[in-house]
Amino acid sequence: MRIVVNGQPMEVPEGLTIEDLLGELRIRRDFTAVALNREVAGRSSYGTTVLREGDRLEIVHPMAGGA
Amino acid sequence: MWDEPLVLRGRSFRSRLIVGTGKYPSFPVMRRCHEVSGTEMVTVAVRRVDLSRQGESLLDYIDTSRITLLPNTAGCYTADEAVRTAYLAREAGLGDFVKLEVIGDEKTLFPDVQGLLEATKTLSREGFIVLPYTNDDPVVARRLEEAGAAAIMPLGAPIGSGLGIRNPYNIRIILEAAAVPVIVDAGVGTASDAAIAMELGCHGVLMNTAIAQARDPEAMAEAMKLAVEAGRLAYKAGRIGRKLYASASSPLTGVPEWAPLP
Repeated sequence: MRIVVNGQPMEVPEGLTIEDLLGELRIRRDFTAVALNREVAGRSSYGTTVLREGDRLEIVHPMAGGA
Repeated sequence: MWDEPLVLRGRSFRSRLIVGTGKYPSFPVMRRCHEVSGTEMVTVAVRRVDLSRQGESLLDYIDTSRITLLPNTAGCYTADEAVRTAYLAREAGLGDFVKLEVIGDEKTLFPDVQGLLEATKTLSREGFIVLPYTNDDPVVARRLEEAGAAAIMPLGAPIGSGLGIRNPYNIRIILEAAAVPVIVDAGVGTASDAAIAMELGCHGVLMNTAIAQARDPEAMAEAMKLAVEAGRLAYKAGRIGRKLYASASSPLTGVPEWAPLP
């Protein structure tokens, strides 16, 4: 199935959780947050949230910036 | 000098200088500037993780045991975007503070005060410590305070412009009315600008470009630390009034006479 992660279309297997995706993409967990279809996904939900076709995810972390 | 701390919603800071993390020549230079400036709060942006290239993290260069993070909503053009960004920052473990920006114009980066008020209201209700970046309008400042802002952060001049405090009188009017701290955010170009903000009675100064883009960022970080302290001290000391004509500081009596001898 197709999902979009940080604006990038991706083909992923059915049944993938947020946890699986973060592992697959080798994303650091400290100071990282995920929004699924515009809503913030709580850390505790990563393992149980199964992604669906067409889901849009934003994976963010702090970056250098002032204003 | 003894000074009461800067208190933002019950959290105390000894340093009144808040600095950014952007535009430095390198992360190691940034870290040294943070150290030299004595800052206890730095602002960070919240952006997409680069999926193709995951290197070192900005946070590897910030001593979070000593420095409080102030995530910002830079780049947000609506209240909705800003609120969602703040939620993401909190979920990422960056804390409850937010430097709230709702930008209204790409060229000037002036705030959209309507969106700013709306987002301030929402985020304050949700327990965030909201520090809104706003223009130097005393009426908007009052509305932000009513909306729950933990401080008012008027710009001295446009972000990154280095033009200094363009309207000190408005800043003074904001200070007179505000019951929360007033922190000048944006516009500082050099040390005297920071000193002026503090001499006006501002409770703190936030800057990024002035340090990061100076020819010698570390030296400027130290200059800013001293300027904020000097300005604060001068404010507390109470400056003299301004007069048009001279007034001698030596006694006018007892001046020896040098009349020619008869």
